[in-house]
Amino acid sequence: MVSFIVKRLLTAIPTLLLLIVVSFLLMHSAPGGPFTSERKLPPQVEANINAKYGLDKPLPVQIVNYVKGIVFDFDFGPSFRYKDRSVNDLIHDGFPVTLTYGAISALVALLVGVSLGVFAALNQNTWKDYTALSFTFTAQVLPNFVMAPLLVLLFTLKLGWLPGGGWEGGKIQYIIMPVIALSTSYMATIARITRSSMLEILNSNFIRTARAKGLPYHRIILRHALKPAMLPVLSYLGPAMVGLITGSVIIDMYFSTGGIGVLFVNGALNRDYSTIMGITILVGVLTVLLNLIVDVLYAWIDPKIRY
Amino acid sequence: MTPFKKTLAATLVGSAIFLAGCSNDDATSESAATDAAASGAVHPITGEALAADQTFTYWALDEHSSFDPQIVEDVSGSEHVRNLFEGLLNQDADGNLVPGVAERYEASEDKKTYTFYLREDAKWSNGDPVTAGDFVYAWQRAVNPETASPYAWYMEIMSIVNGAEIINGEAPIESLGVEAIDEHTLKVELTDSLPYFPMMVVHTTTFPAHKATIEKFGSEWTKPGNMISNGAYTLSDHVVNERAELVRNPMYWDNENTIIEKIVAIVVPDENQGLIRWKAGEFDLMSSVPTGQFTALQEEFPGEAIAYPRLCNYYYTFNLSESGPEAFKDVRVRKALAYALDRKVITEQILQGGQPQAYTFTPGATANFEVPSVEFASMTQAERDEAAKALLAEAGYSAENPLQFDMLYNTSEGHKQIATAMSQMWKAKLGVEATMNNMEWKTFLTERGNQNFEMARGAWCGDYNEASTFLDLLRTTSGYNDGKYSNAEVDRLMDEAKTMADPSANYTAIEQILAEEMPVIPVYHYAGNIMLHSNVKGWPVNNVEQNWYARNLYKVAE
Repeated sequence: MVSFIVKRLLTAIPTLLLLIVVSFLLMHSAPGGPFTSERKLPPQVEANINAKYGLDKPLPVQIVNYVKGIVFDFDFGPSFRYKDRSVNDLIHDGFPVTLTYGAISALVALLVGVSLGVFAALNQNTWKDYTALSFTFTAQVLPNFVMAPLLVLLFTLKLGWLPGGGWEGGKIQYIIMPVIALSTSYMATIARITRSSMLEILNSNFIRTARAKGLPYHRIILRHALKPAMLPVLSYLGPAMVGLITGSVIIDMYFSTGGIGVLFVNGALNRDYSTIMGITILVGVLTVLLNLIVDVLYAWIDPKIRY
Repeated sequence: MTPFKKTLAATLVGSAIFLAGCSNDDATSESAATDAAASGAVHPITGEALAADQTFTYWALDEHSSFDPQIVEDVSGSEHVRNLFEGLLNQDADGNLVPGVAERYEASEDKKTYTFYLREDAKWSNGDPVTAGDFVYAWQRAVNPETASPYAWYMEIMSIVNGAEIINGEAPIESLGVEAIDEHTLKVELTDSLPYFPMMVVHTTTFPAHKATIEKFGSEWTKPGNMISNGAYTLSDHVVNERAELVRNPMYWDNENTIIEKIVAIVVPDENQGLIRWKAGEFDLMSSVPTGQFTALQEEFPGEAIAYPRLCNYYYTFNLSESGPEAFKDVRVRKALAYALDRKVITEQILQGGQPQAYTFTPGATANFEVPSVEFASMTQAERDEAAKALLAEAGYSAENPLQFDMLYNTSEGHKQIATAMSQMWKAKLGVEATMNNMEWKTFLTERGNQNFEMARGAWCGDYNEASTFLDLLRTTSGYNDGKYSNAEVDRLMDEAKTMADPSANYTAIEQILAEEMPVIPVYHYAGNIMLHSNVKGWPVNNVEQNWYARNLYKVAE
């Protein structure tokens, strides 16, 4: 297993390098540049700015300098848009915010989703099952861009219970709505995957054998059924976790959390090359790590899987 | 007299004193003001009861670009810089010049040399005196190619001696035509005679900078804790894309008369969400409202939904360059399209925010600009429509041979609504087939700048309150003239206007030429639409540039 993990981490290096080169080329092929603005800059002023940010050099030189900066100094460069800040600063400020509400949302989605899915499966074709299914259907048609304004209208404007946005260092009242808005549709999907997976497991031979042996039902569920039923959930959770943790633009926009989701979108709109690169690399690294964790968990859940 | 009028009167008196070249010190009133402010109970001039909490919280659509006066390039950043720093001159609630760090100034007869006399009690937030040398340092910094200021061009259009040469790397930085005669006297030498030069020093790029701080911290100097500023406020907190907080600067020379204790700018990159939070009482100010909602908001919040003219225009430009369509080279086609546009529908049905209809390129709100009576402005819409049909028919277009073109705008619900209305009007009245084409902002700018369009949306907000800030755009050599309109007479009149004591006749003549040649279609002039809670007083609704200073605001008790 250790050699598998080391091997996976080593193969991630060329993947990330390829990601950097492709992202760099894609960014530079987009029309307009970081300093394209309504107030068109005189050529010399633009040339001075390009020189300051190293954009006057050939593209391969820029890429090499960029990679060198990351490898040797862990420096992702200055932001072209937020000129008082480096990309390291921006990620340092924004990522903990995103990670906080993303991780809590993931946890909520997982706990509630799995519980709901198991509950529905155990009560298959009863009113309890139908109620749970209706709930998941409703939750699934309420994605975060619908949930966010609805929550604000209800809890901020009508009831006045929660602030309409902000982060304030992560105080609980600022976290509640982003977590609800972000976790709801993930939770619904997890519940539905868990339900069908659980039903499949419950109808399998080894469960029937366990029941025939007279094992207590709750023990069958917890010890024998739940673990294998989690495999499809894990498959879904890997990429979903990347989405949750690397930030949601909608959540950042509606709740002005200061997370990195909106930073990435603004980076793209502003052609803030260094910010886009920084966040792209962060997402790339997280994708590799989270997929690795999922693979390790897979092996733990299903010993038949060998790496 | 209402409290607002009293404030206005006090401000006007202040500016009158300044223009007479005197200090605005008034020992008696200042003393009284100080006592009143200290009590925290009433406004020192109006006598209104003040709110206990003097925190001014406002909405910002986007994170600002910088707190650095010589680097900042956006509206929200300039708002921060105007609160953190103070330049030579400020503006009052009506946009008139009032003293800033400079108590007064003198201009030479040829308007090529300006001397500013700095107040002796101006201090940086660390207690250092603000000197003429701080301005010299800042202005040299603005043109220094190493600073790479995106607003270096502004220093160039200020015509400061050697400004352009330094930006181009052809002259040493020290050769800039700005000199500290002594600690409190700053002399500026210009290459051209610029009567409106004092108006230009209200711009943030010309604000002073604290050399020792910048040299000590480098690019980190604008972070809370590092920054030394000379304005009424200092930076206390900043979280990118979330908030910026400013608190009173006890070293500010007029701190005793400042009432707002704390400024909080909250970034919410969505107007609708911002409006909800304004309604929830989380913001004092929402500085724009979603398109088409203003009328309803006025009814729902009478007195809190405020509209006022702004120094901005909205227009569509024809591509008159080689790459432009042949049809647009015919002035009859351009005039027909401009005439057939029912601006009333756009301003009253779509925008609904008090925007004036535009028949000239320069907004009527521009200082010393008399809106000329161009012919098509005085016609009824029915008459304009008839004329448009005749002009287009004369140009050879008909139902069998319809005029066809692409109209380009950048992605935005408001622009889309306007473009839809325009294309429908042309279709219904003239049988014109205009294809709407929207692009993401930077792509749009690139395509428009490279003349890869047939007709494109444009808008411009004045950098200073004078008609040339708009009309310069239509000069042959202007870098902003994306339609590539060229008229030697316009260029000549603009050159001549630059050195005239009163250039208004030239501006009128240019607008008449524009109405005759119609290189652009003026659509409307901007109105500011804000939501301001009624307990906030002192907002400069009559300042068309919307240069607001939080130290002039206050919150009354409710």
